Amino acid sequence: MADGRRAVIAGVATSDYPNLPDMSEYQVHAQAAERALADAGLTFDDIDGYATVGFFPMYAVQLSEYLRLQPHWFDETNFGGASFEVLVEHAARAVEAGACDTVLVTYGSVQLSAMGRRLGTGGRGPAPSGPAAFDQLWGNTLVGSYALAARRHMHEFGTTSEQLAEIAVTMRTHAAFNPHAQYRDPITVHDVLGSRMIAEPLHMLDCCVISDGGGACVVTTEERARDLPKPPIHVLGAAHAMTHHMNVSAMPDMTVTAAARSGPLAFAHAGLTPADVDTAQLYDSFTITVLLTLEDLGFCGKGEGGAFVEGGRLRFDGALPTNTDGGGLSACHPGMRGMFLIVEAVRQLRGEAGATQVPDAKVAVAHGTGGMLSTGATLLLGTERP
Amino acid sequence: MSEPAKPPRPRPVPVPDPETAPYWDAANEGRLLLQRCTRHGHRQLYPRPHCVVCRGPVEWEEASGRATVYSFTVIRQNMVRPFRDLLPYVVALVDLEEGPRLMTNIVDCEPDDVAVGAPVRVRFDEVTEGVRLPFFLLAGS
Repeated sequence: MADGRRAVIAGVATSDYPNLPDMSEYQVHAQAAERALADAGLTFDDIDGYATVGFFPMYAVQLSEYLRLQPHWFDETNFGGASFEVLVEHAARAVEAGACDTVLVTYGSVQLSAMGRRLGTGGRGPAPSGPAAFDQLWGNTLVGSYALAARRHMHEFGTTSEQLAEIAVTMRTHAAFNPHAQYRDPITVHDVLGSRMIAEPLHMLDCCVISDGGGACVVTTEERARDLPKPPIHVLGAAHAMTHHMNVSAMPDMTVTAAARSGPLAFAHAGLTPADVDTAQLYDSFTITVLLTLEDLGFCGKGEGGAFVEGGRLRFDGALPTNTDGGGLSACHPGMRGMFLIVEAVRQLRGEAGATQVPDAKVAVAHGTGGMLSTGATLLLGTERP
Repeated sequence: MSEPAKPPRPRPVPVPDPETAPYWDAANEGRLLLQRCTRHGHRQLYPRPHCVVCRGPVEWEEASGRATVYSFTVIRQNMVRPFRDLLPYVVALVDLEEGPRLMTNIVDCEPDDVAVGAPVRVRFDEVTEGVRLPFFLLAGS
């Protein structure tokens, strides 16, 4: 790559969240974009690359029209909830290769207001055909798929519901410091275990919230970022992988996610190990998602996740502060939360994370998980040039 | 509930295509099929044009119908009909003794009696007129 073209994140923002009954999803994109550009000290005129993903095809083109952008580089790779880590990886490689100079990545959703809680367990519609039919006839739900993983992990490794509940309790501890978080009242392990069972062994409080919201970030070159207001955050390593699509029956081992491949690739790319990470922002669609991701990224061995999360290790004042904004479990989950992981990682690395700031954070990992535990995308971000 | 009772909605049924029709047609006749690699014997589902391991040719073969529970969940919330009328019910992944893993419901049992590793056997139940699907029962039940 040409000197000075190393990719950095120059601006980040979240939109308002978690409840936006008076906004369209397009307005959420626009609000997040305007805020991220302001954060970067840039304007829409500086953007020559654009990436987003939503539920409809040609979404990046649609949003470019809406935002009145004329980019000459686009991406809308759909990796489910892990999409935004992939889009930032692609954006970083594009600016490093010289395909464009400054990429805007936006996310917006009004899932809560538009669809309400009927979406709650992710039940499916009729007319199952092709390979998908094999898993679509049995009344399984999105929660059910993660429950199958949790049950198998419990069987193989003795993981307990109490250990999974620790994760939910920690996220709520962090959410209490986040004025925007959807739920802020403290909860206990007892509360999690006493909450309604949705798909055994996952209780209601093992599940993410359903929210409106969005976010955006700006990826540019180190050279371009030099005279911008915020300290640049370097994209140190990135990789993504999948194990299956929506058929969990096709997942080879329900205790091993795509993070087991994307994580080592990203760490190798960055020349780092899990021991170098100061804070982790991990997709927490469900408590089990966090536990599996910690193992698969190498923070602990396979099967050791239950013990690893005990004793407040994931708290902002613990050894591996995780989801310091309150996560999808308590703060905000509009459907594809990956962008929020990137925003919070950047805020931590800039020292802007407020009450849950990790002192002197230099390296952060953001890891998205999408689909039915299907996809994983790892981003390693840092304050220092690789 | 003040809502007037609606007629029960049938369970979803597969829409066969040229690749999956042999499997669903056999299920209707009470036979559980899988694909066997004629080169090295690997068994697979769902159907593909070739063996997913060695890319060799495959042919259909009848499975024994015996399996063990790989994992399971008891679904206690699902707003989608007809399943909301069936709550609670067991969704399971079962490993056929020949190898392939299937999603299914384990039926005619107390959810608490299901366990990972439990032996199960197939039973074809009619879910709507003319369509039978492979459900599983706890062995010995």
